[in-house]
Amino acid sequence: MAESPLGIWSVPLAMLAGAIRVSTPFIFVSVGECLTERSGRINLGLEGTLVMGAMSAYGVALGTEWPWLGVLVAAGVGLLLGALHAGICQLPRVNDIATGIGLMLFATGLAFFLGKPFIQPKAPNLGAIELGWWSSIPQVRQALQVNWLFVLGIALAFALAWALRNTRWGLIVRLAGENIDAALAMGVSVGRVRLIATSIGGAFAGIGGAFLSLYYPGSWNEGLSSGQGLMAVALVIFARWDPVRCLWASLLFGAAGALSPALQSIGVTQGYYLFSAAPYVLTLALMVATCSPERSLRGAPGELGAVK
Amino acid sequence: MRQAFERIAVPALALLASALLFALLLAAYAQVDPFEAFELMYEGAFGSWFSWQNTLTRAAPLILASLCTALPARLGLVIIGNEGALVLGGLAAAAAGVAMGRAPPLLVQVAMCLSGMLLGGLWIALAGALRQWRGVNETISSLLLTYIAIALMNHFVEGPLRDPESLNKPSTAAIGDANTIGTIPGMDVHWGLAFGVVACLLVYLLQRFTTWGFAMQVIGGNPKTARMMGLDVGRYVILACAAGGAAAGLAGTVEVAAVLGRANASLAVGYGYAGILVAFLARHHPLAIVPVAILLGGISASGGLLQRRLDLPDAAVVVLQGIIFVAILASETLYGRLLPRKQES
Repeated sequence: MAESPLGIWSVPLAMLAGAIRVSTPFIFVSVGECLTERSGRINLGLEGTLVMGAMSAYGVALGTEWPWLGVLVAAGVGLLLGALHAGICQLPRVNDIATGIGLMLFATGLAFFLGKPFIQPKAPNLGAIELGWWSSIPQVRQALQVNWLFVLGIALAFALAWALRNTRWGLIVRLAGENIDAALAMGVSVGRVRLIATSIGGAFAGIGGAFLSLYYPGSWNEGLSSGQGLMAVALVIFARWDPVRCLWASLLFGAAGALSPALQSIGVTQGYYLFSAAPYVLTLALMVATCSPERSLRGAPGELGAVK
Repeated sequence: MRQAFERIAVPALALLASALLFALLLAAYAQVDPFEAFELMYEGAFGSWFSWQNTLTRAAPLILASLCTALPARLGLVIIGNEGALVLGGLAAAAAGVAMGRAPPLLVQVAMCLSGMLLGGLWIALAGALRQWRGVNETISSLLLTYIAIALMNHFVEGPLRDPESLNKPSTAAIGDANTIGTIPGMDVHWGLAFGVVACLLVYLLQRFTTWGFAMQVIGGNPKTARMMGLDVGRYVILACAAGGAAAGLAGTVEVAAVLGRANASLAVGYGYAGILVAFLARHHPLAIVPVAILLGGISASGGLLQRRLDLPDAAVVVLQGIIFVAILASETLYGRLLPRKQES
């Protein structure tokens, strides 16, 4: 490979590009999981939803030549998987953590099963907005290619934060997540709220999957997701259950993920796996610092059994 | 009587429902005769001595890894860091095996097992300690620790411990044929299976017949009562986590010392996550873990035959496993409601 004209600057540039490209699935998954957890339910199965979304989006784009329809179908598939999770967890005495892991296995298996025929052919891509038109350096242009889904993800994060704070519906979701008794006293059907919140969370994760298969890396194979769905839970805690902080956390995780290959390209080959673990170490450190035996995590929904 | 009936009937119903769903998928989507598929699966899993050995080899790491969830579960903890403890256990075992090199094989094997168990145990004990002293939720911390463990494994395998000759798939140096943990006499299944069965038996005896087991039951039932009785809850929490982590670490050790021969990314293929589900399906009962793990091992063992004979994707068996997991977890709700409740005295 030719020496990069940018030298050492290629690292921050790659991180910027990473923050934009790698983080998009993170944004969708974490904002979706944030909504789900705010309603008092945890969904550990978003990895499966993500992969199913990626597979179905790719399949539809391949069949119809219309990638945006694929995104829509991926959202629908995610919605169904989320509803399935919520429906099962709603049964008395069913453990939501185990169910999430079970559904993760089921959905990844199903995606690989149904997606076998899509591995070879090439589906149309979603395309990008060129924000780097002002620059003559190809790396800069490439780094500033932005997909519409990235913009949509940012909008969703802000919209959700606003809706949770200011709308009646947001209040109901928070009530279901904070205190079941109060919710019941107000006549709120906690089960239905969680069903809706989990389904929407699943739909977001499905869209995140569509981004993976239709934009970046932009193909369908069994190694497509590198655990973005599993990271959702860590992200939401790191963001302390705030959708806008989820957005920043996703950008940070994306940049951290892009750091390793960027360092590799300028010749640093040691230790980049340790960098890739940095987000988890940070999340854990954050938990250790803010928890105490008497107090749960600050910002955690009161009814969220999994973090008590 | 009623409970005994339910303990058989509820999982049986769930299994039946899973089989039906899977049959539907096969018939409708893949246009495969489901009966033929089930027959082949039986053949591939339990139909011959050869398939049995394949099944048992796959069951071995599941048994050990599931103890990582099942043991702390007695205290009311939900630990899901199995994969991390397994991966680090394997890494520690490989490091020990390589470092000891030409020492007598038995010594090397013991050292590998001990170091794998030690590191796995410490890793999960950390989750327990954070829970006890800092109130950090053990489910989340053990999940985070898993990611950190996998990153550490990748770091060591690609960096300090890398065998320069492993080009395509970075690995540690091989532990050597002499140090490989062999097979149980009379069968082509490595000793990991025996380790797993013995571990489950030990845990059962411990829980059933010792004061330790009783104390753990009290803590799991009500930690406040346990504290009032003067039990040192923290010590039990950390010990149970350490023991569970050690079991998962041993699973990783066996994968390295009996199957892979070296540590590399093949360690993190999901035995740990499957182990979580095995523990939940067995309802954390140590003796139930063995048959559940064998059933799941059998299903994954039959994948190859389905692929060869019916041209089904190898993910078909993962789908079936997933359906079974979800169905059995959901069936939990049926306990106590299956029979119309009569007036009980």
